[in-house]
Amino acid sequence: MPTLGSLAQLIRSKNAGPWKLTVDVMLPDVQTYECVVESGVLNAAKISELFGIEASKVEIYHYPPANAIKVSFPRFRPNGHPDDTDLFGGQQFAPLVDLEVPVENQSSRINSPLPAMAREF
Amino acid sequence: MTVSYLSPVGMLGGGFTQEYFESTIRHRPLDFVAVDSGSTDGGANNLGEDRFFFSRDAVKRDMRLLLKETRRKNIPLLVGSCGGSGGNWNLNWMWEIVQEIASEETLSFTTALIPAEPDREVLVRKYREGRIKPLDPAPPITEETLRDTHRIVAMMGAEPFQRAVEAGADLVLAGRASDAALMAAIPLMKGVDPGLAWHAAKIAECGGAAVTQMTKPEGMICTFEEDYFTLEPVSPEQQCTPMSIASHALYETSNPVSMPEPGGTMLLHDVKYEALNDRIVKVSGSRFEKADVYTVKLEGAGFQGYRAAVLGGITDPVVLRNFDDWFEEAKAGADYAMRRTLGDEKADQCATSFRVYGRNAVLGERETRTFANDHEVGVFMVTVAPTQELANSVMATISHTILHYAVPQWHGLVSNLAFPEAPHEIELGPSYSFVLNHVAELDDPMEFYPIEFKEI
Repeated sequence: MPTLGSLAQLIRSKNAGPWKLTVDVMLPDVQTYECVVESGVLNAAKISELFGIEASKVEIYHYPPANAIKVSFPRFRPNGHPDDTDLFGGQQFAPLVDLEVPVENQSSRINSPLPAMAREF
Repeated sequence: MTVSYLSPVGMLGGGFTQEYFESTIRHRPLDFVAVDSGSTDGGANNLGEDRFFFSRDAVKRDMRLLLKETRRKNIPLLVGSCGGSGGNWNLNWMWEIVQEIASEETLSFTTALIPAEPDREVLVRKYREGRIKPLDPAPPITEETLRDTHRIVAMMGAEPFQRAVEAGADLVLAGRASDAALMAAIPLMKGVDPGLAWHAAKIAECGGAAVTQMTKPEGMICTFEEDYFTLEPVSPEQQCTPMSIASHALYETSNPVSMPEPGGTMLLHDVKYEALNDRIVKVSGSRFEKADVYTVKLEGAGFQGYRAAVLGGITDPVVLRNFDDWFEEAKAGADYAMRRTLGDEKADQCATSFRVYGRNAVLGERETRTFANDHEVGVFMVTVAPTQELANSVMATISHTILHYAVPQWHGLVSNLAFPEAPHEIELGPSYSFVLNHVAELDDPMEFYPIEFKEI
């Protein structure tokens, strides 16, 4: 099963203001984007499990103009708080990189070969 | 009717290329130049400590070029969220820089100063009236939060900029402001469709960040036609593509299609991005829905205490093979030593955090992966205390105890932490944290924003 990191051209996280984190999963083309969306792997329950956030607080957006899926959720504490660990929120995407994406049935739709940068994962 | 403006760089002081900027401003028909200077990425300390993350020299360099060229062309220059956090100190800091430049370059112009720190009693009154509303997630607040928080700023909308420009300001220096409002203000005045004005502003406020490869901070030219706008990078080395512009809508926003601003919400569900050529993108279909109630977002920097820190590395395989258990014991030993030295009363006023790099320092309690790491870890310890002296004292005792804390497999005195610096105790000064994620409902968009005009 491919991992999200092997399919995406970029997975990044960042503060969305001081109180929220947002993760962008950018897929290289519309086929890969649709496969990942249809796989349903990025859902509130999974994000809740991976990031320790109540499922009801998880926002997931499918954004076709950029072949991107956005996941947003509250921070445990605002950025720069004495107990915060990541001021810009730039490293919080890590739990998603090795997430397995169940796309077997649709894998013929994914353009092959994958872009060089995606294959290095 | 065509309206066009330049956003010369994503952050004032970022250092754009002089040659590209001058060529743009001298040869393009621009209505104004607007530059953002704010960010909350640095945490609340920028607001709380009255400081800016870029140096005075860097800001003065950019500002000199902007002032000289906008005065030469006689178009307004708008600066939003002056000094990073847009507090009164930061605004005044920027104003002093401007006065220096004006004197050095013998420039004469009208400046509008728009502070953004609302009166505390007004905030308390609004709180009692139920007109301070929490966003999600919001910390609990009381009247005391609004009265006592070290600094509170309110993010202004487009109207204060419009009022300043209408009154003849050549330069507008604003305290905390919505990045997009800063860029949308004049296009809205000139009758540009609100959807297009706000959406363009949201992209342009980052300067040339929405290009395919942002190797250097440069600017963006935004031009409005009847029912669309175009974005063109200032640097001839950079390109915008429909993908680079569309992707930028994701950046730093929790929702890519619905973005609240003072006075309404940008709705980007039906936006079309098209390539006009290999470096210019045309955008259409953006909408703006006016809100029933005009709100501005509040940001507050609350004092947490003074900090002292120690960084130490551990590479002893014996310690690392059983690190978690050993470290828990060492921390308990350190707490005991610190309480014995300072007494419980003082100890209870302090909080110490331990971030173990190589284990879970980055994800913290969210880390679920396990790594077999017997190579090395870094331990970053920070104490927050009511005084700097107490913070230093707590950290000295804690780090010293862990340094020499017994390792069961070794017999004799050990030194467990490799300190990379001398002295190894680092004073970090005061700590501030954001304590508000709320909006204030205003009677009028100008309610919090008195404008002061200055002639140079």
